[in-house]
Amino acid sequence: MRRVYAVGASMIRIDEYWGESLDSLASQLVDGLFSLAPPKIDAVFVANAFGEVLQSQSNLGAIIAEDLGLAGVAAYRVEAGEASGAAALHAAYQSIGAGLADTVLVVGVEKLSDASPEEATAALSLSERYDYVGYQGIPQQAIASMMYAQYLRRYEVPQEMVAQIPVLMHEHAANSPHAQYRFKISLESVLSSPPVAEPLRRLECAGLGDGAAALLLCSSDALSSIRHDEVAELAGMACSTDVVTPFDREDPLRLGAASRAFEEALARAGTDRKELKVLEIHDSYSIIGCLILESIGLSEPGKSGLDVKRGKYGLGGELALNTFGGLKARGHPCGATGVYQAAELFLQLTGRAGNCQVDDARVGAMINLAGLASCGFAAVMKVRGV
Amino acid sequence: MPKLKDVFIQGYGAYIPSLRIKASEIGRVWGVGDSELPVKEKAVNNYDEDTATMAVESAKYALARAGIDRGRIGAVYVGSESHPYAVKPTGTIVAEALGVSNMTLAADLEFACKAGTEAIQIVSGLVSSGMIELGLAIGSDTAQGRPRDALEYTAAAGAAAFVIGGKRNDPVAEIEASRSYVSDTPDFWRRSYERYPVHGHRFTAAPAYFHHITSSVKTILGEGYSLSDFTYVVFHQPNTKFPFAAAKMLGIPPEKVEPGVVCHVVGNTYAGSALLGLCKVLDRAKPQDKILVASYGSGAGSDALVINVLEGIEGKRGLAPTVEDLVGRRRYIDYALYLRARNKIRLQ
Repeated sequence: MRRVYAVGASMIRIDEYWGESLDSLASQLVDGLFSLAPPKIDAVFVANAFGEVLQSQSNLGAIIAEDLGLAGVAAYRVEAGEASGAAALHAAYQSIGAGLADTVLVVGVEKLSDASPEEATAALSLSERYDYVGYQGIPQQAIASMMYAQYLRRYEVPQEMVAQIPVLMHEHAANSPHAQYRFKISLESVLSSPPVAEPLRRLECAGLGDGAAALLLCSSDALSSIRHDEVAELAGMACSTDVVTPFDREDPLRLGAASRAFEEALARAGTDRKELKVLEIHDSYSIIGCLILESIGLSEPGKSGLDVKRGKYGLGGELALNTFGGLKARGHPCGATGVYQAAELFLQLTGRAGNCQVDDARVGAMINLAGLASCGFAAVMKVRGV
Repeated sequence: MPKLKDVFIQGYGAYIPSLRIKASEIGRVWGVGDSELPVKEKAVNNYDEDTATMAVESAKYALARAGIDRGRIGAVYVGSESHPYAVKPTGTIVAEALGVSNMTLAADLEFACKAGTEAIQIVSGLVSSGMIELGLAIGSDTAQGRPRDALEYTAAAGAAAFVIGGKRNDPVAEIEASRSYVSDTPDFWRRSYERYPVHGHRFTAAPAYFHHITSSVKTILGEGYSLSDFTYVVFHQPNTKFPFAAAKMLGIPPEKVEPGVVCHVVGNTYAGSALLGLCKVLDRAKPQDKILVASYGSGAGSDALVINVLEGIEGKRGLAPTVEDLVGRRRYIDYALYLRARNKIRLQ
């Protein structure tokens, strides 16, 4: 397989853009991407989860390609629930790796502010089996809360430990220019926020916002023809699925899709988890953040909250976690989230993460999930030549 | 737009029905904790009270303070989003009940929560132009909130009325300037034949309430005012947080806003909301105080008014109940009696 490189990224701040549309959000990416000489693009992969449901809009491949001034290019819309962003990245990675394209643009765009809170909850729950839970009116948060309750019981961990995750996310987002919630929160405020579904509290759930992000990828052949200041290698990427409903799995507290994708991505990249300095994970709910860290073997079962508390995952820690605030505080524009994660890794590895920069960030990884880890994508990015 | 010339408030009156329901009682029914409640309690009209009867009550108090011959009233404008009839004016019911001359202008206004300040603007224009000598501008509402909706905690009942005329009879205040800011913003609406309004959740905040209020205030400041000119600032009050948040955005200290806040104990009285706040400030203001009022109506718009308090306030204030008096005259009901008072129990 050919090597794949990231050569440019563009993001807008995640927010509630009442006056914008899917295409106007995506159009704002152009300046950040093509400020240098616009390259010849072979294909555009557009990640979006809810266009049909919330904007009555499908065919976003062609639509967004035109909005970016790229009409004529091959274009695809990729949907894999909240992991649509990483799924689009994976498609682009495979396309370049297979030699079918040299330069590919991955765009993630989502607009959740068009939905009422009830509609947004219903949209999120689309990633679960409709005839199993959606039809019964069971939202995703309710299932996450059951995983949370089981976690607290099994490991005899107080909620204060799991709730460390959102506190850390806001700490990182405070310096993040594209984060939706750029302020710190206290552990007390998390624990006293209104319950969404006991024990899950409101401030343990990712903020839903509007966002658009893009990453420009190319092959080593195209690298020489692209004017670029910095380059990072998308060194390995993988996908794995799981039994969709967590309580049908052998162990609902082990996220197999995340761990399998992560292992395979590391292997493809020819690296080890010990090399990682930066990790972007899918903390859709505090408990899911903990379960990812434990499922991929970075924290002992039941100990991830304690590791957060002890500073293991801080910007100056052993492994910097969600350096721009993660889903909780950077924001979670569902279908675009994976592209934000990849763009953030790119900024870290090219030394352009500003106040969120992690020293000596040479290898980083991301994990983007659909639903409650029924589908997981992992990617490993490296500084070129590592 | 030039400043208004010779437009004075001759008398003002508030009306708040006596029934109250605590927000915690509504929260008890729907399983919502105290920390999430937007107000402490709200005023509820009983089954024999509506927008017209409350408009009449507030106007009676305004006329008592104005001390004028009702026969000289040349206009009755009632702003509300809960007029009792879809077709048939509230203004005529109110005029007739008050014993105002039949040779009067009368009309109903609707602009969600800002129909009351609109009535003031229209009557001010009529007075300023000389078309009428005296007019009544009233904001009155028995707001509807769908059971379990966020609005159920705040949608309340109340009214405020102002007798506006030229400078005779020792006026309580002068309306010096008025500006508005409107846009097509669908944050809250109720279509014909629908019982309850719908709202756009968080969309009702930044692009709706805050954008329009800050815009109308900035527009009127452009007439040559500075925020430091104002002793009091009164905003529309859909909940306790919003007026203080708007003040913070504009750099207005909370001490100037707090005296005009009534929603924590009365709820959101829609077209009566900012006007009840104005009445509460007039209850304590001194001559030469300057008051900035900015209403907000969904759909959307905000009217800003600059009001100068005059010497007449001292002699007229005591001629009718104050807002504080009306807030204190209360009887608590539980959710069951609330359903009965608001005609929410299906009998067949």
